[in-house]
Amino acid sequence: MNQIVLLPVILPLLGAGLCLVFGRSAFAQRIISIAILAAVVTVSAILLVRADRFGPQTVNVGGWPADIGISLVADRLSALMLLVSTVVTLCVLLYSFGQGIVEFGRDAPLSVFHPTFLVLSAGVSNAFLSADLFNLFVGFEILLVSSYVLITLGGTGARVRSGTIYIVVSMISSVVFLVAIACVYAATGTVNMAALSERIADLPPEVSNLLQLLLLTTFCIKAAVFPLSAWLPDSYPTAPAPVTAVFAGLLTKVGIYAIIRTQTLLFPDNDLRTLLLWAAVFTMVVGILGAVAQSDIKRILSFTLVSHIGYMLFGVAIGSTAGLSGAIFYIAHHITVQTTLFLVAGLIEYRSSTTNLDKLGGLARAAPMLSIMFFVPAMNLAGIPPFSGFLGKLALVEAGVDDHRWLTYVAVAGAIVTSLLTLYAIAKVWNRAFWQPAEDADELGHDSHGGSMHGRSGVSTKTDRTSTWKATDQQRLPLGMVVPTMLLVGCSVALTVVAGPLLAFTTRAAEELQGRESYINAVLGGGG
Amino acid sequence: MTPNLPLVVLVGVMIAAGVTLVLDRSLTRILIGFVLIGNGVSVLYLVISGPAGSAPIVGLSDDPMSDPLPQAMVLTAIVITLGVTSFGLALAYRAWQLTGHDDVQDDVEDDLIRRRAEKDETSVTFDEADAALPDEEGSDPIVHAQPRNTVTEELSDAQETEG
Repeated sequence: MNQIVLLPVILPLLGAGLCLVFGRSAFAQRIISIAILAAVVTVSAILLVRADRFGPQTVNVGGWPADIGISLVADRLSALMLLVSTVVTLCVLLYSFGQGIVEFGRDAPLSVFHPTFLVLSAGVSNAFLSADLFNLFVGFEILLVSSYVLITLGGTGARVRSGTIYIVVSMISSVVFLVAIACVYAATGTVNMAALSERIADLPPEVSNLLQLLLLTTFCIKAAVFPLSAWLPDSYPTAPAPVTAVFAGLLTKVGIYAIIRTQTLLFPDNDLRTLLLWAAVFTMVVGILGAVAQSDIKRILSFTLVSHIGYMLFGVAIGSTAGLSGAIFYIAHHITVQTTLFLVAGLIEYRSSTTNLDKLGGLARAAPMLSIMFFVPAMNLAGIPPFSGFLGKLALVEAGVDDHRWLTYVAVAGAIVTSLLTLYAIAKVWNRAFWQPAEDADELGHDSHGGSMHGRSGVSTKTDRTSTWKATDQQRLPLGMVVPTMLLVGCSVALTVVAGPLLAFTTRAAEELQGRESYINAVLGGGG
Repeated sequence: MTPNLPLVVLVGVMIAAGVTLVLDRSLTRILIGFVLIGNGVSVLYLVISGPAGSAPIVGLSDDPMSDPLPQAMVLTAIVITLGVTSFGLALAYRAWQLTGHDDVQDDVEDDLIRRRAEKDETSVTFDEADAALPDEEGSDPIVHAQPRNTVTEELSDAQETEG
């Protein structure tokens, strides 16, 4: 039964192969992708239940013993991450169908999209499940290489430009990771995390601090933590909407997951908590200040993404059970909400052919459904009660106050200021794009090219509007894009409804992380 | 384990040279730098796999055998570096096709905002956020916008019935 731990990695890879075989038929590719991802969602749900009930689910791939071969482990944290990420991936896939039909014609989507997307999903699953550092590296590489393909999809000028920055930064972070693994192996003679957790404790503190710093640097680049976050807002916005959405939801969270895993399992007596707390404060505040300065929805969302990574890091840095639990809850919440918002930004772009706030306007009246779909996750992100964003932030702030150190009070203050500024940034989007009368946007916009949706047939504006015909032709949003977005909005609201049980679950997960024995026993003690 | 000093120095030199190249603007140079760093790291794995000259296979002799794990890892790393490098080269070629050079360019939007800040000019968005708070105080801007606003309403109503 433990063998199902393998499925979230193997199934998408198998699916990617099948998609390449059926590369000529868009229909077959879609059926395969949906079937595979739906199966992975089911498997993840089963894993979550089993991990919660029977403890970590382990499998040693190929029957090699754990310290030589590769082990995959699904404990509560991994299983929860896996479930949330696969649900989100499935919704984004459905959304991309809706968009694909329109963008590329019914039978001609880019044939590399589906296989790459599935490989990305396999990489994410592998990173969440792997119980040794080198396999974690391989998981990272799988998801990164497929993300290179997805972010430069179509090879247009803007995507090549922003993709280059993303790719170079990721390549360098991978090399740093390799150096870190080499040092870990040289110091301890193993890369298995369970074995490492026992051996690192015996190392002199200078060596273990060096290893910790190397690993943290790598994961902080991937997770876009403050001094290492500048690449993210530059590279995400130009990719196609579903791609940006899935990147925003998953890739940075894989980095955060890796930080949680290594911090709790390998370095439980943490000398670097102060450093992490400072990084968390700066990530939150600097990120959100960036968001306030932007005038494009996708860029604002990218900056809020960076900023809210700070919350999760804050929870990890506190290090108490409550802090970790809050951080895990916040990850689950943030994956759903951030992905939803990027999908909605994609809908806005589709409808108005721009996401620039200087050119948008009047959407609340013109597209009430779209407005609701934006409003609910946006308020959720800003942390308005009763949404899960509020509950997650509350859990983190309570954990921070309980810590009784001046620095955590600073961090708590930073968290609250960030929350308010998020509300400000979101309110700005809402006022400009949804409530402002449409012509104001036209007059204020610097150039009329690709302008607002109401600039049709020159009735309401004086400027030449031929370039906006495309926008006005596409007044109706395709159902294939709206339904998955609605589904995700529903998911994010559902997280609020089940917040009580979920928080109880994340607390159990945090206790399991801090206990460490069950994980170590599961990996080293047996497995199938 | 005593590390092999010449190899360690070699790693240092290769990575240092690679970092210097990566700091360049041209993507081709960045890629060459990346290859250098990647090879440097591969040599690092050679260092950690212990002294040279032991038997490679488990259980064939009683002599100390060489550690196979770093070799397995470095093989994986080499393959990944190769794949990523070829992708990067394709990207550099594409950038050259599109723009005639392969320099990594600055963030366009960021530039825009920086230039605004230098001129001490508030962005359109900022102005509007201040000026358009009509509902709270019933102040001027909305009155000013009213006549044209109704046109929009009619238009959007018409669109909705069409749709």
